[in-house]
This record gives sequence, structure tokens and C-alpha cells, in this order.
Amino acid sequence: MSLTQPVTSDHQLARLLQIGIVLEEVVEARAGKHAAETDEAADPDLATLLEEASAESARHRRRLENLLDDLDADTVPFEEIQTLVEAQYEADEDFDGVLYDQLCNEETAYKFYDDLIESIELSEVEFGVEHDRLLETLRLIREEEAEGVEEVTELMEARL
Amino acid sequence: MNTQAQYLKAIYLTQQQADGPASTGEVADLLDVSPASANEMIGKLEDRDLLDHEKYKGVDLTDEGIAQARDALQNYCIIERFLIEVLEVEEFQAEARQLEGVIDETVAERLDTIIDREPQCPDCFNAEDDVCGLLDVEAEVRSD
Repeated sequence: MSLTQPVTSDHQLARLLQIGIVLEEVVEARAGKHAAETDEAADPDLATLLEEASAESARHRRRLENLLDDLDADTVPFEEIQTLVEAQYEADEDFDGVLYDQLCNEETAYKFYDDLIESIELSEVEFGVEHDRLLETLRLIREEEAEGVEEVTELMEARL
Repeated sequence: MNTQAQYLKAIYLTQQQADGPASTGEVADLLDVSPASANEMIGKLEDRDLLDHEKYKGVDLTDEGIAQARDALQNYCIIERFLIEVLEVEEFQAEARQLEGVIDETVAERLDTIIDREPQCPDCFNAEDDVCGLLDVEAEVRSD
């Protein structure tokens, strides 16, 4: 299913940005947890990738929060999502392997931003946040997610 | 505009309630679209072998149509639970209906990692209340 419906209001845009923030927070928490569990001396490439991924998600979150500010909407506190990630983490058996999990993170985020950008481009609504700044921010984040997919894929291929 | 997934979900729920084929009028009502729009999409879904349509009898999802409808319903359940449990949205049904056409299943899968969803999902969905039958929504909202 691809997103082809335009964003219809500030409220809906704010909700979608909140979802983006939560997705970033999930990555930040999961990659951070995996980084902490990785032996840096034994696997420096993996440890670096995870630490950078966690830090990048934190940067993306802050950029989304700046957009959300203009829409007078609240963010979702990181600590809240971190607690939820921790609570569900043990029960999660769908993702085998830290790299695969990180690949899913990057691919999901890329798809989300790609759909969101398309949906904003289709919209004729004048949003409470400046249109060019909104799209510029989201496109930049999307580009970094695409680079993230490449980096994880390269590391996976190097280990085959 | 409603997507294919939204139509399949609406037909699936209507068929469950009718315990038989779904009338196109009921499907149109559920999606808040005109009967003409519903008929047009139903024709497309029939071309894609997702349902059988018999005049004066109604529409009947094929096995593939049922599988896709259940995926769409599960996606919807994830969005509803996420809105209730994480974002604490009171008007979650209305917002979930807006978001179901714009939240991809891969994104929903990720949101699913931080919510409490039961293994029997989506069989526990209560179509009349438009929410998971196992969810005590009032308690969830009060606890916020």
C-alpha cells in the first residue's frame, strides 16, 4: 500500500510528525540498546554503526520537534517511548539479528518519510509551518535514511 | 478517497455482520462514499480476483481478498492501539480512519513493537464499536 492521499489539515500533519518522532525514538532506543550490548573491541564496525544510528535518530527527532512547535502540537517524550521499547523488547522475536533489526529501522523510516513527502506535495492546504522548510527538512531526513539503508546493507554484505 | 485496503476491510466487516455476502449499499455507507464510487471500486476488486460480485445478491471476498482484508484490519487495529496507548488520543476511531490510508504496513509493524496487541488480532475486533473488543478504552483514557 502506498500513500497517495494528501494531508488535509494541520492536525493531521502534526499527528504524522508525532508518528515520525515515535519511529525515530524507537530507533534511538533500540539501536542504543544494541550498541550498549555490542562488544566494541570485538566488533568496532557494528558498535560504531549502532552508536551513529542512535545519535542520528536523536537529531532527526529534534528537527521534527522544531516543525511540530510551529504547529503548536506536543512532542512525545523520548523517555516514554524508551520505556515502551524496553517493556516489549523481550517479547519481540520477529527480528533475528541486530543488523537486520537496524535495516528494518532504516527502511521503515525511509518509507515513512517518502510517503509523507508525497502526501504533503499532493496537499493544497496552507499549513501552519512554512511549506518549503517542512519539505526541505523531511527530504533531508529521507536522504539520511537512504544512506543508512546503504551503510547497513554494505556491512551485512561484508559479513557474508 | 479510499484505498483498496479500506474497501476490503469494509467488505470483510460487513460480510461478518451479515454472515453472508455484503450489499454494496452497506459498504458505501460504512466508507461514507456514494454507491456509484463503491460500485466502481468493487468492479476493480473483482477484476483483481479479490471478490465475486453477483447482482442483487452482493459481494463475496475470495480467499485472497479475505487475506488482504485481514491484513488491512490488523493494520487498523495497530493504528488504533497506538493512538490510544501511546499518543493518548480520545477521538481515536476518527483519527485511525484518517490515518489507515496513509500509514504503510511496514510502518505499522514498527509501531506494533511498542504496543500491547493480543495474538488473536484481528479476530477480536468489534465492528459495531469500531475498536478491538479486548480493549477497555474507557479505562485506558481515564488512566491518562
